[in-house]
Amino acid sequence: MLRLWPLRRVFNPSTIASLARANSTGAPEPVEVFVDDRPVLVEPGTTVLQACSMAGVEIPRYCYHDRLSIAGNCRMCLVEVERSPKPVASCAMPVMKGMKIKTDSPKTRLAREGVMEFLLMNHPLDCPICDQGGECDLQDQSMAFGSDRSRFTDNAFTGKRAVEDKNVGPLIKTVMTRCIHCTRCIRFASEVAGVDDLGTTGRGGDMQVGTYVEKMFNSELSGNVIDLCPVGALTSKPYAFTSRPWETRKIESIDVMDAVGSNIVVSTRTGEVMRILPRMNDDINEEWISDKTRFAYDGLKRQRLTSPMVKNAEGQLINCDWEEAFFSVAEKLLGSGGSIAGIVGGQVDAESLTAFKDLMNRLGCETLCTEEIFPMDGAGTDLRSNYLLNTGIAGVEEADVLLFVGTNPRYEAPLLNARARKSWLHNDLQVAVVGSPVDLTYDYEHLGDSTKVLEELANGTHPFSKVLNEAKRPMVVVGSSALQRSDGAAVHSAVTSIAQKARSTSGAGEDWKVLNVLQRVASQVAALDLGYEAGVGSIRKNPPNILFLLGADEGTISREDLPKDAFVIYQGHHGDQGASMADVILPGAAYTEKDGTYVNMEGRAQKTQLAVTPPGIARTDWKILRALSEILGKTLPYESLKEVRHRMTEIAPNLTRYNDVEEANYFKQSNELSKGVKSQLANEPLSPPQQNLSDFYMTDPISRASSTMAKCVQASQAESKH
Amino acid sequence: MANLAKFSPFIRCSLASRGLTPISSVVRNAATEAAEKPPEKTKYGPLADSDRIFTNLYGRHDWRLKGAMSRGDWYKTKEICEKGVDWILKEITKSGLRGRGGAGFPTGMKWGFMNKPDDGRPKYLVVNADEGEPGTCKDREIMRHDPHKLVEGCLVAGRAMGARAAYIYIRGEFYNEASNLNIAVQEAYQAGLIGKNACNSGYDFDVYVHRGAGAYICGEETSLIESLEGKAGKPRLKPPFPADVGVFGCPTTVANVETVAVAPAICRRGGDWFASFGRTRNSGTKLFNISGNVNNPVTFEEEMSMPLKEMIERHAGGVIGGWDNLLGVIPGGSSTPLIPKSVCDDVMMDFDALVQVQTGLGTAAIIVMNKQADIVKCIARLMEFYKHESCGQCTPCREGTGWMVKLMNRFVTGEAKPDEIDMLYELSKQIEGHTICALGDGAAWPVQGLIRHYRPELLRRMEDFQKSQQQKSAQA
Repeated sequence: MLRLWPLRRVFNPSTIASLARANSTGAPEPVEVFVDDRPVLVEPGTTVLQACSMAGVEIPRYCYHDRLSIAGNCRMCLVEVERSPKPVASCAMPVMKGMKIKTDSPKTRLAREGVMEFLLMNHPLDCPICDQGGECDLQDQSMAFGSDRSRFTDNAFTGKRAVEDKNVGPLIKTVMTRCIHCTRCIRFASEVAGVDDLGTTGRGGDMQVGTYVEKMFNSELSGNVIDLCPVGALTSKPYAFTSRPWETRKIESIDVMDAVGSNIVVSTRTGEVMRILPRMNDDINEEWISDKTRFAYDGLKRQRLTSPMVKNAEGQLINCDWEEAFFSVAEKLLGSGGSIAGIVGGQVDAESLTAFKDLMNRLGCETLCTEEIFPMDGAGTDLRSNYLLNTGIAGVEEADVLLFVGTNPRYEAPLLNARARKSWLHNDLQVAVVGSPVDLTYDYEHLGDSTKVLEELANGTHPFSKVLNEAKRPMVVVGSSALQRSDGAAVHSAVTSIAQKARSTSGAGEDWKVLNVLQRVASQVAALDLGYEAGVGSIRKNPPNILFLLGADEGTISREDLPKDAFVIYQGHHGDQGASMADVILPGAAYTEKDGTYVNMEGRAQKTQLAVTPPGIARTDWKILRALSEILGKTLPYESLKEVRHRMTEIAPNLTRYNDVEEANYFKQSNELSKGVKSQLANEPLSPPQQNLSDFYMTDPISRASSTMAKCVQASQAESKH
Repeated sequence: MANLAKFSPFIRCSLASRGLTPISSVVRNAATEAAEKPPEKTKYGPLADSDRIFTNLYGRHDWRLKGAMSRGDWYKTKEICEKGVDWILKEITKSGLRGRGGAGFPTGMKWGFMNKPDDGRPKYLVVNADEGEPGTCKDREIMRHDPHKLVEGCLVAGRAMGARAAYIYIRGEFYNEASNLNIAVQEAYQAGLIGKNACNSGYDFDVYVHRGAGAYICGEETSLIESLEGKAGKPRLKPPFPADVGVFGCPTTVANVETVAVAPAICRRGGDWFASFGRTRNSGTKLFNISGNVNNPVTFEEEMSMPLKEMIERHAGGVIGGWDNLLGVIPGGSSTPLIPKSVCDDVMMDFDALVQVQTGLGTAAIIVMNKQADIVKCIARLMEFYKHESCGQCTPCREGTGWMVKLMNRFVTGEAKPDEIDMLYELSKQIEGHTICALGDGAAWPVQGLIRHYRPELLRRMEDFQKSQQQKSAQA
C-alpha cells in the first residue's frame, strides 16, 4: 500500500532535485536561503528545517524524524518566513530561492509557545512517575520554548483528557494519556517495520493511537517505537521504574544476538545492565535495533555460571575455585594423548577465539570447529568472499534485484530486512525468494521452495533468470541454514553460479558483488577468518577423548556422539546445553562484560566494551585460556588485551581494522572451484528454521535465559492462534 | 461588452437571450479604451428571472434529462467542448468567477494551473459536494433539483483542464441528492453526453459519484482527496498542491459544485455576461441561503454585491420581529465571523465588502440571529461542532477546539473571569493560521467575531453570574 503511495515518490526531495536537474541541465543549482539573515546554500528540495540545521539552528519538533515520512502534524516546527502570511511548518516546506527564515522572531516564538501550550493542555503532569523523565522531548522543549506560566483555568472545571492504556504485548508499556499524537510510532510501524498494526481511531480530541483492536504489536522491531516516542506514552515494559537516565552509565558496544553487529549503548547502574539502546550507524543498523537485541538483556542476569565447577564422584557439578578447576582440566588435557577437539559457539569474541586456537594448537589439537556448518567443498572457507555478505548491509539500498535463497532475513537479520524493505519502498527494489513463503513485510516474487528452482536459475532456464540477467545491480543472498543441509555444498555452488551469471550480465563494475551469505551468529565470520573449521563433521567422524566447548550451546555434539569416558570441558557464560553435558565448567564473560572483537556478516570488525564486570568469579574468556595455558606449561605469549589483538592482527589483519569492511573479491576463482563440487542438490524443500515471530525471540544462550523473551514467545504464539 | 451590459439592463437581457451578439463587439470596437469607462454601477440586484442560471432551484420542474434540456442544459455543449481549453478558460477568466466553496479563489486561474505539459499522469476533476458547513444548503439544491447542471459542468470544467474524469464526492448524508445525481449521470451516459466521445466532441470523459461517510473535514480539498482514495479523511500537507499531486497521485483540481455547475452557463452566455453582475472582482450571480431568525428561510440565486439588508427583507421576509430586532448575522456559513446589526445595515454581500468588515463571504450562507437568540450559546454550539469535526491530526486544532468549547460553555453561563475573554481571543489566534488545513481558522473565526462585537454581552453575563453567586453565598 505504502509503495503505491505516489505522493512519497513525487514529493521526496531527491525526486524534486532530479526534476530540477532535468529542467536546468547539469548539476542542481544550490539555492541560497537566509536563516536568521545568515546565507546558506542548500540543494533544491531541502526542507526549511534541514536548511536551518545546516545553518546550525535546530528547530524544535515532535513529529518530524529523519528516517520517517513527513507528517507535519505537531506544528512545533513552525517558523516565520518573510512574505508568508502564516508561519510555515518547516519540516514539510521545501526551500525556495531567497527565502528568509526567522527562527527566533517574536512570531516564531509565539507560534511555538502556542503549540507547546496546546500540547501540555491535555498532557498529564506525571513526570515524577514517568519513565521518559529526563529524556523527554516534551519536557526539554517546554523548558526551552514553552511559556513561563500556565493558563489552564479549565482544568479546575473539566479536568484533562484521559485515555485508556492499551496492551500491545510484553515489550511496550503504554500510557496513552501522555500521547501527543505525533504518529511517529504509526509511521515507523508502517514504513520501517512493515506492519500496519498501529494507527489512529477516532478524531479530534478523541483521536487515539493504538492497534485498532487489542492485540500485540507483532513486529521484531517493535521496541524502536519506544525510542521514537517523544513523550512517555510508549516506554519499555521490562525497564519500567528501574532507573533514570541520569543515573546510568552509557557504554557503547556491539550486539551479538545476530550477525548484523548492531551498534548499541549499554546503560548500566551499579554493575547491572539496565537497558540496551541503539546507537546510530548508517552502515549497519541506522538507528534501529531488533527486539532481541534490545530486550534480551535480562538473560544476562539469569542462568549465569558464576564460579568454576567440577563434577564429583556422584556425577554432580560442584562449585570450586579456579585452581581446582584448572588442575583437573590440565590433568586431563596433558594426559589425553592428543585426542582433543574444540567447538566454539556463536557468541565468542575474536580474542578468545585466537587464544583458544593458539592454546589447542599448542596441545597438538587441530580439530577446532564452529557450531555453524559451512560447506567445505570447492573453495569452502578458504576464500573470504564465500562466506560474507559481500554487498554489505547498506549495499542493499543500491541493489535493484535481490534474490533470497533459503533464508528468512526478517528473523535471521531483522535490520538487513529493514534495509531491504526501505529499498523496496523507495528504490523500487525487486525481491524474489527461493525457500518457504515467509512474510518479509514487503512483496516479493516467490519462486518456490524446491531446489529445482535453484538448478533452473543456475542454468538460466527459469523465467526469473531473465530478471536477474537484466538487473543492473543484482544481489543474491543465501541463508547460512541453507548451506547446512546435507547438500549445502551443492546449494552453495548453485548460488555461486547464479550470482556469477547475474554479475557478468549486469555490467556493474568490479566492485559490485553479487554473492552474499547471510550468517546468523556473531562469531562465525571471525572464527572462519581465524581458520576454524566450519561444522562439527570431523568430530563426529573422529570422536575425541576430550572435548573443549567454548560457548558452544547449540548441542551439535551430544554425549552420545562421544566415547563413554570422554571428558567435556565447557567454558562460557550461561548454564545452557553445553554446561549441562560438561565435566568441568569454566565461567566466562558475556558480551557486555568484556572488551571483545566481533566481525559481523559483512566482515566488519567492531569492538564491544566492558560495561559491567562478569558475575561472581567468572572471568574474561581469553584470560581464562591464558591462565590455563600457563598451568599446562604452554604459556601463550600475550598478557594484555593489546598483545592479544596484536596476535589477532598477525593471523587476520582485518580483525583489528575496526569499523572497516575488508574487501573480499574472489568470485571468479570461487566459481571455478565450485564447479568441482560433486554433491547433488537434495530433493527436500529449502526452508529456513525461523518461520514465525515466535521462532525469533530465543535463539542463543542469552535470549533463552531471558524471561522477557519467553514472554514474547508466549504472546506471539497466543497472537498467532487468533 | 461587460461594462456596456452593466450600464444598461435592457441590453444585458437581450445579450443574454441571444448569446454572443455582434452588436456588443461593434460597440466595443467603436469606443476607445478611455471612453469605455462607464459610470460605476451602484445598484446590485434584484436579479431578473432571465438572468438566473439555476432555474429549477425549488424543484418545481422535472429534474431529469428531458426537463433539464428544456431549461437549456446540454445545449451546444459539444460546441463548447470543441472550442477548446483556451477558449473555455478565457471565458471563465473573463467572467471573474470566484470559487463558490468559501475561499473565493479565482476559478479561471485555478483551472489554468492544470494546463501544464503532460507528464503521462491523467488529470482529474474532483467536485466537492461534501456540503457540510452549518447554514449552507446551496449545493444540495443543485444536486437534487438540477443535477444535470452539475454533470454538464463537470464535462465543461473537465474539458477546460484536460481532465480524464470527474469524481463527485458527495456528502454521505445526502442520500436523495446522491440518488438523483446518480440517475442524472446514468442518463447522461445513456444519451452519450459523457463517457467515450462525450457529446460527440471526440473527448472522453467519465463522471463518478462517490459518497462520503459524514465527516465535515472531508469538505477540505486534500482531506476529500484522502477520503476518495479510501483513507481516513485527514488533510494533507501543502505543498505539494493537488494541482501537482492530487487524487491517486495525479494532478487534480477540486472545485465546488456551484462553481462547476455555473461553468456551462458562463460558456454559453459569455464571460462578459456573467461579469456584468456584481462589483468588479466580485462578479456574477450566486446562490445564497438565509436561515435563522427570519420569517422565511430560503435559498435563492441573486446578484453578487446586493446589500445584505435588502436580501433578508426581499427574499427571507425580514428578520423576525423586524429589522430593529436584529442582533447579528453570520454572513457566510458558520466559519465566518459574526457581524453586528450596525454593520448589517449597509454591508454588501460580496467577497471584498465582507472582508472589509473583518468577515467573509464564505459559502454565502447567511445565518440571522435576532435579539431573542442566545448568541453566546449559538457560538458555543458552533464550537462544539468544530471540536467534533476536527480530524485530530494537528495539535492546535485538536487541542484548541476542545479548549475553546470548554471556555465557551462557561461563557454561556458567565462562569468566567473577564480576562479570560482576552485569553480566548489569544487562543483563537494561536489556532488560526497554525494548522494544516483551514478548519482551525474556521473554528477560530466565529469566536473572534463574537469577542470583537459582543464583548459587553460576555461581560454582562459574567457580572450576572458573580452577582448570583454572591447572593447565593449571602443566603447561605
